[in-house]
Amino acid sequence: MTRVAYFDPHPAPTVPRQSPLHHMAEIAPTGDVAVTLREHAFRDHLNLRGEPGVLASAVESVTGLALPLEPQQVVFGDGTSLQWLSPDEWLLIVPGGEGFRLQRELRKALGDAHFSIVDVSGGQTLLSLEGEEAISVLMKSTVYDVDPRHFPVGKGVTSVFAKANAIIRRVDDTRWELVVRRSFADYCLRWLLDAGEEFGIAFQRAEHEVDAREAAPAGEAEMTT
Amino acid sequence: MFYIYCPYCAEYREEEEFHPKGQAHIARPLDPMATSDDAWGDYLFFRDNPRGVHHELWVHAVGCRKFFNVTRDTRTYAILETYRIGEQPSVTADSVSTGSAASTATLTGVQA
Ligand SMILES: [Zn+2]
Repeated sequence: MTRVAYFDPHPAPTVPRQSPLHHMAEIAPTGDVAVTLREHAFRDHLNLRGEPGVLASAVESVTGLALPLEPQQVVFGDGTSLQWLSPDEWLLIVPGGEGFRLQRELRKALGDAHFSIVDVSGGQTLLSLEGEEAISVLMKSTVYDVDPRHFPVGKGVTSVFAKANAIIRRVDDTRWELVVRRSFADYCLRWLLDAGEEFGIAFQRAEHEVDAREAAPAGEAEMTT
Repeated sequence: MFYIYCPYCAEYREEEEFHPKGQAHIARPLDPMATSDDAWGDYLFFRDNPRGVHHELWVHAVGCRKFFNVTRDTRTYAILETYRIGEQPSVTADSVSTGSAASTATLTGVQA
């Protein structure tokens, strides 16, 4: 085991917390809504770094997702995703409450190898943009070419978004995801609502996402060294 | 606007995603304590300012955040190639002046 202290930043589902967009009112879908924007708050985001040869087998055995080795590749699982960010960096997003357990299992599987795992859940949030005109909203927002011929399903990039930056990824034909910094979440959301106004845009919080631990009895807070 | 091929992302990206970081291939003196003031000053402060082929360090600041090298013509701003850290340029002032194969080959980093 590597000698590193890490802890569960949200040790129990009963501990209150706020999404970076908690202050934004929902906008109900009206007659002709061509884009629906959702915030998927409180997912666990882990930043994984290391050589692919070091990480690949441990990541696959712990998460069930094959480490994407091609640039700009993102793989989606059941409520999970794993995205290539650079030749030695990946973003793993899992349902809220699972991050700490996965981090512990990954550290165990990786042993003394040279790697880093950082829980970045508190620093960013996941948005989804869905609908026929989602691509038009993106075209107004980023310098990256989101044309389907250049941006197939399963691709994900980090690029300039509005006057900030964001991770942009395509989940299926009409559904896109954005990962934005916490401190830019308000700005990005207001930008998206403005950009989407001409097409008709709704903003909803994702259906209440059950913390993985809510079903099971809460364990005591853990600190592992 | 430049349209720059990032050798790590393996595709062309908008210039907005990048930052230039000055001259490339500057080796730090291996033994700073035994380096003369002149040589140390050269290393720290003095940079080439050629007319023509120049090798530069750039960073894909908003993308993969990796540093890489760019060979650029300072007269036309044309990017002649991009290549990873640790690699050597295939286009140099010499190869261009002698018109060797490398300068006329299809160069990565060039979008016609
Ligand atoms: Zn890159």
